[in-house]
Amino acid sequence: MIRRRLFTATLVAATALALTFLVLPLLAIFLRVAPGELVSQLGNDVVLDAIVVTAKATLISQALILLVGTPTAYLIASRSFRGRALAITLIELPLVLPPAVAGIALLATFGRLGLLGGTFEALGVTVSFTQAAVVLAVTYVASPFYLRQAIASFEALDGSLLDASRTLGAGPARTFFRIALPLASSGLAAGAALSFARGIGEFGATIMFAGSLQGVTQTLSLAVYAQFDLNLDLALALGGLLVLLSAAILLAAKLLPAWTRSTSTLLSPFARFGSS
Amino acid sequence: MDALHVDIALPLRPFRLELALAAGRETVALVGPSGAGKTSVLRTIAGLARPERGRIALDGRVLFDATSGIDLPPEERGVGYVFQDYALFPHMTVEQNVAYSGGKRASETLERLGIDALAKAHPGELSGGERQRVGLARALARNPDVLLLDEPMSALDAHTRAAVRAELAHTLDDLDLPVLLVTHDFADAAVLAGRVGVLVDGRLLQMGTAGELVAAPSNAFVASFTGANVLAGVARRGRGGLTEVTLDDGSILYSVDEGEGPASVAVYPWEISIAREAPEDSSLNHVRRPITSLVRIGNRARIQVGPLVGEVTTASVERLGLHEGDTVVASFKAAATHLVARES
Repeated sequence: MIRRRLFTATLVAATALALTFLVLPLLAIFLRVAPGELVSQLGNDVVLDAIVVTAKATLISQALILLVGTPTAYLIASRSFRGRALAITLIELPLVLPPAVAGIALLATFGRLGLLGGTFEALGVTVSFTQAAVVLAVTYVASPFYLRQAIASFEALDGSLLDASRTLGAGPARTFFRIALPLASSGLAAGAALSFARGIGEFGATIMFAGSLQGVTQTLSLAVYAQFDLNLDLALALGGLLVLLSAAILLAAKLLPAWTRSTSTLLSPFARFGSS
Repeated sequence: MDALHVDIALPLRPFRLELALAAGRETVALVGPSGAGKTSVLRTIAGLARPERGRIALDGRVLFDATSGIDLPPEERGVGYVFQDYALFPHMTVEQNVAYSGGKRASETLERLGIDALAKAHPGELSGGERQRVGLARALARNPDVLLLDEPMSALDAHTRAAVRAELAHTLDDLDLPVLLVTHDFADAAVLAGRVGVLVDGRLLQMGTAGELVAAPSNAFVASFTGANVLAGVARRGRGGLTEVTLDDGSILYSVDEGEGPASVAVYPWEISIAREAPEDSSLNHVRRPITSLVRIGNRARIQVGPLVGEVTTASVERLGLHEGDTVVASFKAAATHLVARES
């Protein structure tokens, strides 16, 4: 009896410790600076520039990730081909790669002296330390989050639905747009939210490959680090903004599957409450 | 004139599907145990699986020909396919499902199948029988040249089965189309189809009307699949032109069919009569054993006596006062038996 209570007490204590450890630093941001001060700091040029750079880079990279990632995931999920397992592993590699390595790898590829640097130079295009570099860094680091989830979502589709579409006269493209895409949509949205959150928080690869130039390549995450030495209150205000943004994305990712479920599973809410 | 010609070979694990089949504007059923290759036949006709060799033609159009390299994609074959579990699109209403093929107006098809009231419902809200009709309506909306049905009865509740089956039989009869359906249930095939083929391990063992299969099963599998008792033994010529079959347990049965060597005796449950003592009639075959099970279904009772299942009326069960454990004699005529090849 005592042993059982001791065990339960241990579990509760561990949970309390874990939650406190994870939440306290977030609270500290808001406790350290008064809310009014926090809001007034957000009018600072550094913040506004960082918001613009982050929004631009994230939206462009998300568009690239969705446009290229979705067909890629569909191919990998729906066909079996030689090297498929290898392709999946290669897609997952950036997930576990230290971001600083991703940054130096991007430099080695697109930098002035990099693998493709000569080609870009001949075309008169400079990539490193520009907004394009921010987009590439964010895309490189964030896309595997989407790809993995999208592959899993397409793999989970009932193959007979796709077959049925074909026998009903729809070619592979129509089948993709009318059946596969709508039915996988909640999974794809969850993947997009994950990669979006990862993109917002990108730091290591961006600072190596794009630098931290205010108004050009300085994203919100980079601005926190840059302001850390100059204006701690501003750094904290930026931190608070990112906490709220991340919380909103997480909430969206949790709620999305719930409100798309009625169209993506066999049982609609009506059936659940109605017939049985 | 035959509308559908199929002659295909397709390696499946652990056997090879080899099938030649021709069908006119009629309903043909392929029956067999699960894993016999039935669904693969439908998938090759629909273009969802590719045979290794062979030819598939529909109303003179070649859908597949390995020799000339013709292999039309599914969307160009003009095949209506009702999938097992119906594969209705869950994110679309019934009407949108039926209109998906863009064929003739969906509402007409819905009306024809008596499901126009369900037009705005989603598949998740439908009963099994309703889903079946929606699946059928969707497959027919595009005016296909052949209709394929994969286990159309398997997703139904036991209590709606009989009604849905009768309705489906009626709908299929009204179609002026070759219909190929596959099922693991011989009774479903007998009700729905004019001709029934028995497919086992990728081979067509026998093809005929349900009545022909029951009257003359070509081998032990067909006999047992159509519901017969099948008892293995060794046959030799006996007295009076009868064939004497010594069963593996040593007892002897008589058949009017001729045969010699390893063979099985098939006898249908309704040919067997049950009594307390061997009757004084022309029955030559008697099996005296205790009743191991007695199950009443409606006004019939299925009685297991040793290796045999007999079917008698419940009235005679009451008259004889039969109970499980009672020793009885199961009798049947030599003429009621079929001598069939033993299953290897």
